Amino acid sequence: MLKKKECVAMLLAGGQGSRLYALTSKIAKPAVSFGGKYRIIDFTLSNCVNSGIDTVGVLTQYQPLLLNDYIGNGIPWDLDRTFGGVKILPPYQGRSGADWYKGTANAIYQNIEFIKRYDPEYVVVLSGDHIYRMDYSKMLAFHKKNKADCTIAVIDVPIEEASRFGIMSVRDDGSIWKFTEKPKNPDSTKASMGIYIFSCRKLFAYLEADDKDPGSSNDFGKNIIPDMLAAGEKLMAYPFEGYWKDVGTIKSLWEANMDMLGDDPVLRLGDKKWRIFSRHEASAPHFIGLGGHVVNSSLTEGAEIYGEVINSVLGPDVTVAPGAVVRDSVIMGQVTVGEGAVVDYSIIDEKVSVGKNARVGAPRADGVEITLIGAGVSIPENGCLAAGEMVYPE
Amino acid sequence: MTVAGLIFANIHDDSISELTRMRTMASVPFGGRYRLIDFTLSNMVNAGIENIGIVTSYNYRSLLDHLGTGKDWDLARREAGIKILPPNITAYDIKNTGPESTMRLGSMLTASNFISRCGADCIVLSDCDTICNIDLADVIDRHVENGADITIVVKNYTDSDRIMSKNSIIRSDADGRVTDVRAYTPYEWKGGDISTNMIVVNRNYLLAQLAIASSRGYTSFFRDILAKHASKDRFFVYRFDGFYSFVNSIAGYFESSMELLDFGIREELFKNPLRPIHTKVRNSAPTLYKEGSRVVNSMIADGCVIEGEVENSIIFRGVRVRRGAKVKNSILMQDTIVGENVTLNCVITDKTAVIRDQCVLSGHRSMPFFIGKGVMV
Repeated sequence: MLKKKECVAMLLAGGQGSRLYALTSKIAKPAVSFGGKYRIIDFTLSNCVNSGIDTVGVLTQYQPLLLNDYIGNGIPWDLDRTFGGVKILPPYQGRSGADWYKGTANAIYQNIEFIKRYDPEYVVVLSGDHIYRMDYSKMLAFHKKNKADCTIAVIDVPIEEASRFGIMSVRDDGSIWKFTEKPKNPDSTKASMGIYIFSCRKLFAYLEADDKDPGSSNDFGKNIIPDMLAAGEKLMAYPFEGYWKDVGTIKSLWEANMDMLGDDPVLRLGDKKWRIFSRHEASAPHFIGLGGHVVNSSLTEGAEIYGEVINSVLGPDVTVAPGAVVRDSVIMGQVTVGEGAVVDYSIIDEKVSVGKNARVGAPRADGVEITLIGAGVSIPENGCLAAGEMVYPE
Repeated sequence: MTVAGLIFANIHDDSISELTRMRTMASVPFGGRYRLIDFTLSNMVNAGIENIGIVTSYNYRSLLDHLGTGKDWDLARREAGIKILPPNITAYDIKNTGPESTMRLGSMLTASNFISRCGADCIVLSDCDTICNIDLADVIDRHVENGADITIVVKNYTDSDRIMSKNSIIRSDADGRVTDVRAYTPYEWKGGDISTNMIVVNRNYLLAQLAIASSRGYTSFFRDILAKHASKDRFFVYRFDGFYSFVNSIAGYFESSMELLDFGIREELFKNPLRPIHTKVRNSAPTLYKEGSRVVNSMIADGCVIEGEVENSIIFRGVRVRRGAKVKNSILMQDTIVGENVTLNCVITDKTAVIRDQCVLSGHRSMPFFIGKGVMV
């Protein structure tokens, strides 16, 4: 076994994801359930494995308990390796003091020793909160071919949305000459996907310099990338085409789930050459009973459906009782929807019980907001939850 | 008390030759995502048994593929874990490949090395087609309490039930002490306890019996050992009242599968929070139901795309049911493709079967229409 890795991935999974509100009050955003049987981080982890990267450091900080447990020794992703594999990297106490991760760059800086163990040529920096399938090995080949110091994956976004992203201005040869974080008047539609490949030595040099700068916010987008540009390093934009979605808001999380449905879904998870791996209990196949009616929806193991499920994505071990209706909704694992209850245009987190004849949300229409129920909440019999309401877990 | 397990993977292969042409009985697909061995393997793991030998003699490629390192049952261990015991074929002696190695006694002689070296106090012997969720820890406790040499798990059947000659009838007294062990004969059958072929045996007792069996050329565990010693040695029964099913024909396989459509049976088999049934994880995507699909009273695994109608059926992983298709009372195994406007009734398809557009196929409950692995209709 070669005691060296060409490329090591660092996955930033410490973010709170505050715009997911009740979904992330007790867990970190990458641990939020997605698409029935996944968690958001599965996509990035599976991309790593499918791209041939077998050494992944996962940087955790906010509410890491579930995430630590979920990743465990990495078996579901084949990341239980003798040399390499997946490692959880929480902030730690050092000789000169203890620090939280102050920013994305600082999180990597504090773990330089971890990276050095593998003596890599390249470091991939990823964030654990996007839904996409991407072959990082192609991006790495692009980085090597261009002899770049840093390569940033970019995707074309509509110009009216460009001000939500870090925007890259690119020369004809693909090199970046300007980078603006969330510009008011964007002059390009090439948005950073938050995926960076650095040549290792350059990365270390800039991280060390950044750490010595007391005025820095220790962030890749705000500090490291602008510093590298200012110093005239070679930064390349790697164009990505395909499905990519930031699921940082309730609306976008709902939309991304719905992207799995329809006659010709834009998000296809059934590709056997690019499997999305996840840790899950081996529950029995799902069951649709005599009164069950399931249309344009996705079901997974352990579900028992006796009512109606329309345009919805349901997680494992969900029960929909007779006479209940679930429409335009995302229901996560182990949820029970009682007899005669109606759930419309909602996101319901794990282990929620919706009582008999309860009414959650309102039919999807213009101006109607998504209703959100946090993990473990019980909605009483005949209870009513108006559209746009949000119930936090206890 | 340390306990090891021993599973017979090729036993009764001949009773369901359609499905065991290229695989062992143990690896016959069942219930949408399982293989038959998953039940007994999970029952053992759930009882804390970590040292499990699996005796197999041929056709075992699919079994090896299914078991892998044993990870999915938490049996990938440095010590113990799963031990697959294929026949010991040497250049000088090929007699171990004969039919006797698919029988219980022959298998144990094949596995005698495992039995003598596993170091356990007792061993749970099990066939691979024991479809049930049983608390084997309780069976073992009772075995110890009774000071038994052998404890046979039995299930009570009435005279109208489907029993065949491979079953052994166990008679016992009021204390549960076995008084008689005999083979099933139709004219004699009036209902009673039959052996589920899950048997707890003290290892030393077994070793002694195997030595005798080997020296005298015995061939049947039930006839030559159990029946002969039933009234002399300490044999007890353990009555199991839960759901139990086994596979003795393709029609029996069909019936056992359809029993899973019963809510109570599903709850008992699969939803016991303390004793889950483990299986190999394939990481299929969730199943998609398209506009126009209509599915009732069916059990459906992940990774399918359903555009047509499905009723009273068991659908395995990765199956496609295209528009206009009507699937009724059928069992479709992994990656079967059902074309447009196909009509199926009482059909069993093996893996990767393809039924082309417009086909109409029908069998009967007592004689399901079987389509072999990879066959295109």
